[in-house]
Amino acid sequence: MTSRLAKFQSIWQSAPYAFAFIGAMVIFAITLIANQGSGAGQIVSAALAFGSFYALVGIGQMFVITSGPGNIDLSVPANIALSGAVAMSIMGGSDAMIPLGLLAALGCGAAIGCVNYALISVLRIPPIIATLSSSFVVQSLAIVYGRGLRITPPPFLAEIATGRVAGIPILSVLVIALAGVMALVLHRSIYGRFLKAIGQNMNAASLAGIRVGLVRFGTYVLCAIFAALCGVLLAAFSGGASLNMGEEYLLASIAVVVIGGTSVAGGFSNVSGIWGAALFLYLLVTMMNTLGVGTGLRQILTGLIIVAVITLAGSRRGVRE
Amino acid sequence: MARLDPKLLRAAVPALSLALLLVAIFIIQPRTMSYFGLNLMLNLALPIAFATMAQLFILTVNDLDLSIGGFVSMVACIAATWLNETPLLGIAALIASIAAYAALGALIHLRNLPSIVVTLGMSFVWLGCAVLLLPSPGGAAPDWLTAIVKFKMPFVPLAIVASAVLGLVVHFGLMRSAGGVVLRASGGNPQAVAKAGWSLLKLKVTMYALAGTFGVLSGLILVGTTTSADANIALRYTLLSIAGVILGGGEFTGGRVSPIGAVLGALTLALVGSLLSFLRISPEWQIGAQGLMLIVVLALRSLVNRFEERAQ
Repeated sequence: MTSRLAKFQSIWQSAPYAFAFIGAMVIFAITLIANQGSGAGQIVSAALAFGSFYALVGIGQMFVITSGPGNIDLSVPANIALSGAVAMSIMGGSDAMIPLGLLAALGCGAAIGCVNYALISVLRIPPIIATLSSSFVVQSLAIVYGRGLRITPPPFLAEIATGRVAGIPILSVLVIALAGVMALVLHRSIYGRFLKAIGQNMNAASLAGIRVGLVRFGTYVLCAIFAALCGVLLAAFSGGASLNMGEEYLLASIAVVVIGGTSVAGGFSNVSGIWGAALFLYLLVTMMNTLGVGTGLRQILTGLIIVAVITLAGSRRGVRE
Repeated sequence: MARLDPKLLRAAVPALSLALLLVAIFIIQPRTMSYFGLNLMLNLALPIAFATMAQLFILTVNDLDLSIGGFVSMVACIAATWLNETPLLGIAALIASIAAYAALGALIHLRNLPSIVVTLGMSFVWLGCAVLLLPSPGGAAPDWLTAIVKFKMPFVPLAIVASAVLGLVVHFGLMRSAGGVVLRASGGNPQAVAKAGWSLLKLKVTMYALAGTFGVLSGLILVGTTTSADANIALRYTLLSIAGVILGGGEFTGGRVSPIGAVLGALTLALVGSLLSFLRISPEWQIGAQGLMLIVVLALRSLVNRFEERAQ
């Protein structure tokens, strides 16, 4: 038993992203069996579309978590709500205004990221509390700004968010491409290497001449911009911005990072696992719906699976201790 | 200024914030300065204070509990259903949930897991149980529970007495007793505690069991006050409890906590809502104002910390 567990862990450590994909496939197979083999195409298509949103916020959150223990961005849901509302109101349903609206929303996200890092760095507030308090303020702004806002997204943006080419959601193609770029950034760029170095040992990174503050600053801004982009696309996807559309993405953003095999202690991450975990999470809900599992039981199972994944994966002992 | 003891300053911040807040409330709405007014404002603060204390136990051992809100909700649902209809089953369920918390502590310690992720997963589990018990808002609190919580103390509202007792009991248990020192040390310097022959596993399980117990108390008091429950009744407690401990002078690491400060912090957070509604600030800005207040207090704290560093 122990040796099997050890073997499992060694596979996990060499290819941490594999289990998210294997899990997603197993769940997909069970769903298909329960469905007597019908509807496979639709399920995949829906999983790609919904998974895109999980992946977007997950990638941003992953960069933050990579930067070391204690780093996390809890302002994602509030950010999604505010950025979505800002984008929809500036675009005003007109295609011509899409670039300006997008720019405003991303700028809004970047501003939230700057505030987050200012709280962390200048006021020396722990990231979890800093992003939590800033999210309270952003939430209020979103409520006041978005009150009674019923503006439908511009047709072109709605087409990108909901359209399909040969059954494959356009959005998912874009987000997969973006994930590819971010994988390059993480593993090949100087910024990515600095980030991982900081996550593994901040003091050593600092002594090696890495400008730790600057890299961490960029990371919080990056995460906030990804959340803002998710807000814009989510608003376009659901036919307009709503205040609570970001709610589920706090837990989801952290869950996909963990299930995707990124070390919560920082320093070790992978982007592909995020997509595996995003598909896994969506397919899990689909499977339980297909099997006729009620809301309560579905939540219990989701929670137990997250706990089971982290228990089996274990933590990387010896890296920081 | 230079002669001010930084430690004293640190302990004074939570008390001063609460005092300032109360003075502001009394000035704006003098009628609150009465038995009835205080009782009304503080009733809903008491369960938050208990949940904050549960969070404090977890923070003491360098962990973080993202599931306490879901847990308190589940306890509230158990209290409003089983505990009322079939008391034995209800009591068994509550004991089992405390045991589950202790088991989580063991799991987190043995497998060296990040508490944030485990408790995040458990928040789904608690919430799922709550939904299974009470799919729609309702249920009824047991009469004895309502009677206890709504008991009218002479002169001083029950909520104030209970908060004071809560703060003092945990203060003496955790800050002044020999056992409490070991418990805190297991967060401050685990290696040293282990080398001194203590079982870190037992210490962590104790802290998680304590957190579970205070979570159960929080849920019971909450249901006693509201007399009915729903599955989402206490979800915001997760964030409020973390903020309360930090406002009260606690730190995320190193076993540095202050039970009395945490109670003050929880009361402060709960009362901010009252102040804002007296100021006729629309509810939309309330949550933002809570956030701003957190930032201001933490900014003050970081000033105090720098002061401390310079003093050393």
